[in-house]
Amino acid sequence: MKVFMLGWEFPPYISGGLGTACYGLTRAMSDLDVQITFVVPKPIEVPQASHVKMLSPLQVRPLETEEQVLESLKNVTFKALDSTLQPYATPEYYQQRIEEIIRHKFARSEFTDADRALEIEQWEGLAHQSIGSGQYGGDMYTEVHRFAAAAARLSLQEEFDVIHAHDWMTYPAGIAAAAVTGKPLVVHVHSTEFDRSGEFVNQMIYDIERRGMHAAQKIIAVSYLTRNIIISRYGVSGDKVEVVYNGVEQNGDNRAAFNKIGIQSDEKIVLFLGRITMQKGPEYFLMAARKVLEEIENVKFVMAGTGDMMHRIIEMAAQMGIGHKVLFTGFLHGKDVQRVYEMADLYVMPSVSEPFGIAPLEALNYYVPVLISKQSGVAEVLTHVLKVDFWDITEMANKIIAVLKYPPLQLTLREHGNFEVRRLRWSGAAEKCLKVYNEIFQPV
Amino acid sequence: MASVCFYFQVHQPFRLRHYTVFDHSPRYFDEFKNASICRKVANKCYLPTNRLLLDVIRRHEGRFRVAFSLTGVLIEQFQKYCPEVMSTFDALAETGCVEFLAETYHHSLSFLYSREEFLEQINKHTEIIERLFGQKPRIFRNTELIYNNRLAEIIESMGRFDAVITEGADHILGHRNSNFVYRPSTCNQLRLLMKNYSLSDDIAFRFGNRAWKEYPLTAEKFARWINNVNGNGHIVNLFMDFETFGEHQWDDTGIFDFMRHLPGEILKYPDNDFKTPSEVIEAYQPMDAVDVPHVISWADVERDLSAWLGNAMQSNALHEIYKMEKLVKQTCNQELIEDWRKLQTSDHFYYMCTKYFADGDVHKYFNPYESPYDSYINFMNVLTNLKERCSQSFVSRPEAVGQTS
Repeated sequence: MKVFMLGWEFPPYISGGLGTACYGLTRAMSDLDVQITFVVPKPIEVPQASHVKMLSPLQVRPLETEEQVLESLKNVTFKALDSTLQPYATPEYYQQRIEEIIRHKFARSEFTDADRALEIEQWEGLAHQSIGSGQYGGDMYTEVHRFAAAAARLSLQEEFDVIHAHDWMTYPAGIAAAAVTGKPLVVHVHSTEFDRSGEFVNQMIYDIERRGMHAAQKIIAVSYLTRNIIISRYGVSGDKVEVVYNGVEQNGDNRAAFNKIGIQSDEKIVLFLGRITMQKGPEYFLMAARKVLEEIENVKFVMAGTGDMMHRIIEMAAQMGIGHKVLFTGFLHGKDVQRVYEMADLYVMPSVSEPFGIAPLEALNYYVPVLISKQSGVAEVLTHVLKVDFWDITEMANKIIAVLKYPPLQLTLREHGNFEVRRLRWSGAAEKCLKVYNEIFQPV
Repeated sequence: MASVCFYFQVHQPFRLRHYTVFDHSPRYFDEFKNASICRKVANKCYLPTNRLLLDVIRRHEGRFRVAFSLTGVLIEQFQKYCPEVMSTFDALAETGCVEFLAETYHHSLSFLYSREEFLEQINKHTEIIERLFGQKPRIFRNTELIYNNRLAEIIESMGRFDAVITEGADHILGHRNSNFVYRPSTCNQLRLLMKNYSLSDDIAFRFGNRAWKEYPLTAEKFARWINNVNGNGHIVNLFMDFETFGEHQWDDTGIFDFMRHLPGEILKYPDNDFKTPSEVIEAYQPMDAVDVPHVISWADVERDLSAWLGNAMQSNALHEIYKMEKLVKQTCNQELIEDWRKLQTSDHFYYMCTKYFADGDVHKYFNPYESPYDSYINFMNVLTNLKERCSQSFVSRPEAVGQTS
């Protein structure tokens, strides 16, 4: 089986769940001897001039070297297409970025054509065009379609059986590649516009998502929650949608580190780790924090991550009078993520709408007990966790306090949860994807 | 001669209401839920089954006999929510064919934690049974048939009981079978009746299972199996939850028809009869001494305590509640003592079981919680409040302070 995969970020540059999922799935598929051509939008480096720190994947410090990563993926070929597309970007954010790039290009006139050529040669594929601002789409919509055209051109030079596209920005590329090659298309829905924007959907994005889902032979949803949205909101027939849960990479036994740190501090730590944005419910975390602090004193709430609501949340904490109890770390990477998990007594994911949610699996991997909202796909697969409706602040606070107050609860959640998460491997997800491919694959 | 000995366990706990750390009300129990579950089970099980048993006893002119163990917390709920059930038990008691057993009033695990509390609860239970049914119980069954040599010693030392009932666990009986009267190895007078779990579970668990190779189980077939015991046993101890009839096995499985016809089919063989536990030990001598150094129960395949004491939350909750005994009793406040005792009901700890939680099975039955973790949190919040109330009661009664220190 050969797959033309339109994916996102790869280690060492990973900024969120989408990249983690692409990497985990691809690696497990490679182990199953599936040949994969992995097409990824190549990120463009822009210096951060503004006071708001926008983190692009390039600033993420590597966990492993590129060679190590590539070695473990024997069946994967990478093709990077120059593009300004980034996961989690919004059209507004795109606009801002493209303007910065243009400004930057003008400023860096000493950047010669030769330099460019050199940079490009590191990557194969379609990179024969020069990097000029004119080459990029002036808005996100144009860029998504420019990327699609580039991907379609690339697909003609490749040999494969199935096209697999991850999330909406690559759907047009998937449709285009399918159109020019006649190969079947699978779209993988990691999130929908309804998860990201609630009821205030961006019509353009919705339309792209809908077109992708209807053009695909099969749709892979990351949970039944997402499957239901696909069926009810996008008018897709249910027999087309398969659920494949995400997995998690095992990272050894982290218990020793956890215990060591537990002794050092008598202050309890409750952790929020994720993008600080509407979808993730950061304000519910704060409201619960305030209720918790009514009952117990020696606890700190750590919010790790950045996002469009960050300023609002910082202000909100101050207004509630709990500013001194809430710490904002900004975006964490690599070792820092591990460190913050090791410090945490409880990980809370109060997402308003979470198609899956890989972070709770990672927390459990680090022996951190987990409290998740019932409005998350991962709640379908985890039983040894605490669950709460995201809006039920009182119950959320009740459960947070219980974990901090009753050590046997923390112990049991940690032990059983860690045991349970060991079953959720990427290999299982890869096998299910392969099954989906086989259903639509027509041997020539 | 095969004597069939039926004993039905009848129990419903006082389920807790949702109780967060922010709650401070002294009302812990979910009146609405408990009332509606009681009424539901009464209509599906207790009332129709009791009427059926009455009918069968009359039809066989007293040759059909059964035993019941009704927990105190259940009787309280019947009296409160569906008194008509109590009148059917009265009617059964009046036939003279029904024996009532003794147990801990609150269906508790007190045997494992506090001998004093254990004895008090047995006394309280014996009193209510005597008051309601005019019988002084002679047979003891511990919560969930939890048993070991020590229990036998304690019960024998009480001097009021003739026998104890427990599980016929294979690893205890070895080459022997449960179809005889036994004697605890550490006792002289006390007798031991052991559950025939295979035949009991054929009715209690497998009856309605279409995948079972013996499905459908008819009264005639079951009577034949009972008759097979002749030659290798005196008794067949069929011990099960009373909710088997109409609740675990629904009406449409034919369980009521089965029960209606079973006595007739068994009595067709002239060698067979029905006996209550007291009549059994009257009629048969113990065959052997049974040594049970480690605790057994009738739960799950393990037949041990892991359903109530299998994880850190359960052992913590149990430890905490019995640690309070002195504090609670020193308040001399009946309301506090009663709340504390209702919290001892084993079901509260059963809900915290994580053993099969992921698979979701029998442990889910009547379980008011979404997860064992929720049940632990709720229980501990209630317990914390109870502790506060106990301490406050000392503040308001200064003379008692000296006793606690």
